[in-house]
Amino acid sequence: MSLLLKKISLPLAHFTLEVNLEMRQRVTAVFGPSGAGKTSLLDLIAGLRRAESAFIQLDDRVLTDTAKNFSVATHRRGIGYVPQDLALFPHLSVRQNLFYGRKSGETTGPLFSFEHVIKVLEIEPLISRGVTELSGGEKQRVALARALLASPRLLLLDEPLASLDAPLKEKIIPYLARIREEFQIPMLCVTHDRFVALTLADEIVVLMGGRVMQTGPVSEVFTRPANAAVAKFVGVETLQPGKIMSVADGLATVNVGSATLTALAPPTDSRDVFVCIRGEEVILQRDVATASSVRNRLSARVLSLRPEGALVRVELDAGFPLFALVTRPACAELELHESSSVTVLIKAPAIHLVPR
Amino acid sequence: MTTADWQIVWFTVWVAALSTLTILPVGLALAFALARGNWPGKSIVETFVTLPLVMPPVATGLILLTVLGKHGLGGLIDFRIVFTWRAVLLALSVMSLPLLVRSARTAFEEVNPRLEQIARTLGAGGWRVFFTITVPLAARGIVGGMLLAFARALGEFGATIMVAGNIPGKTQTISLGIFENVTIGQNAQAYHLLGASVVLAFIAVWTSEFFLRRKKTA
Repeated sequence: MSLLLKKISLPLAHFTLEVNLEMRQRVTAVFGPSGAGKTSLLDLIAGLRRAESAFIQLDDRVLTDTAKNFSVATHRRGIGYVPQDLALFPHLSVRQNLFYGRKSGETTGPLFSFEHVIKVLEIEPLISRGVTELSGGEKQRVALARALLASPRLLLLDEPLASLDAPLKEKIIPYLARIREEFQIPMLCVTHDRFVALTLADEIVVLMGGRVMQTGPVSEVFTRPANAAVAKFVGVETLQPGKIMSVADGLATVNVGSATLTALAPPTDSRDVFVCIRGEEVILQRDVATASSVRNRLSARVLSLRPEGALVRVELDAGFPLFALVTRPACAELELHESSSVTVLIKAPAIHLVPR
Repeated sequence: MTTADWQIVWFTVWVAALSTLTILPVGLALAFALARGNWPGKSIVETFVTLPLVMPPVATGLILLTVLGKHGLGGLIDFRIVFTWRAVLLALSVMSLPLLVRSARTAFEEVNPRLEQIARTLGAGGWRVFFTITVPLAARGIVGGMLLAFARALGEFGATIMVAGNIPGKTQTISLGIFENVTIGQNAQAYHLLGASVVLAFIAVWTSEFFLRRKKTA
């Protein structure tokens, strides 16, 4: 799949959405806070909105070219769209909703068989029901199936889990993953949920305030955020201002609060940096460590413990506020509680310095 | 009720129903255009559509008579409208159109445009979206509006008498019949027609209220 978005300019209430992008991966997550212009971007791709200027091309087919005053009508674009509110037709049954986009007279036939879609999304028991009788998760599955049955060449998902509560989210994610595997359909998924982005996406586009802040493979964006705003948003647990005191052999010595850390030197002359450390990268230890390859060894005090699913988020004072994510058993084994003392280990490459 | 009374009742019901069906396509188109989008001259059209509702019906009738009479359009084409049943149809249509438009417009405004947009992404063109999504979702308001328009047409007097006259057996509706009977002192016949008009109006308004009520609770 190749989706080319060039010279996009769409004035919105508080800013202008400006995008130049080429997406080549199968599943791309457009990741950004609420009001970043994500839904507007999807509407543009689907042809539901007109931009001041835009060039949109899906594979070899130009869909919009404002310079030539050219735009393919929405119903001829072959782009499936599952909006945040799902937009199931309330006056139609589940079956009628599913068949709404099914093309009857086409010679090529549908891309995905009805039976296959129904099976993958486990819709069989819902088919004869009315739309209003469905639960949130069921509605989500029906909306996904309806979009797939229209044989789209690209599927747009707007905040696929936003309307669901936590337990339901966990149930829907496997379905999204299944769609990804079973139908091999390119997807563009707008989300502000990093779990969705991490689970589904091959590539992430970080959109903030109408602008693309960073594009890249999931791991890169999450571990190497391009700037402080991205870092804060993608959920690097610790984001503290620091000062590079010296650089030698590609390693920087950084002062953060009252602590001194060793990190990989950033490719910049700036001495003022944000120090980003992901909670998963912080190792906690009870005994004083013996010799190891870990460059950063700090004494810290536990300030608070907050369970987050299978993990516990530990807030520490290590000379600067630091967050660690450890498993519950690890937390129990270390007998962590408020104000207990621990040794913190962080490898130098796990500390990411972003110029500020 | 005499045969002549029944004839008046049937003619009134028939011409009122026909006028409601006649204004349906244009009424829905106007209501949809007014409900969606901002186009130049929208407020002017809006005002023109509502005018017959607030202007004296006789004045509207006079406008129609002037436009369609011998010195107006009627003089240009060889097709007589004034003082025929067609003039009744026209007067009823013009007078009841605002009620249909207003009711249908509100109903269209309540349809979530997102549903129409998503229908388009599913491959449906404009007409298909309109008839399979917009109209069914606005159906209650549309039917309510049609019944109100029908009820208004049943009782129309001023515009009709101006443009169609009051010709028994030809252009006389219930209202015109009541007027004539009272004028010439045939009160009994006037009461017969009055009874018929009360029954018809009750049925139309009650049915329209039924649809509007269902819409609210739905």
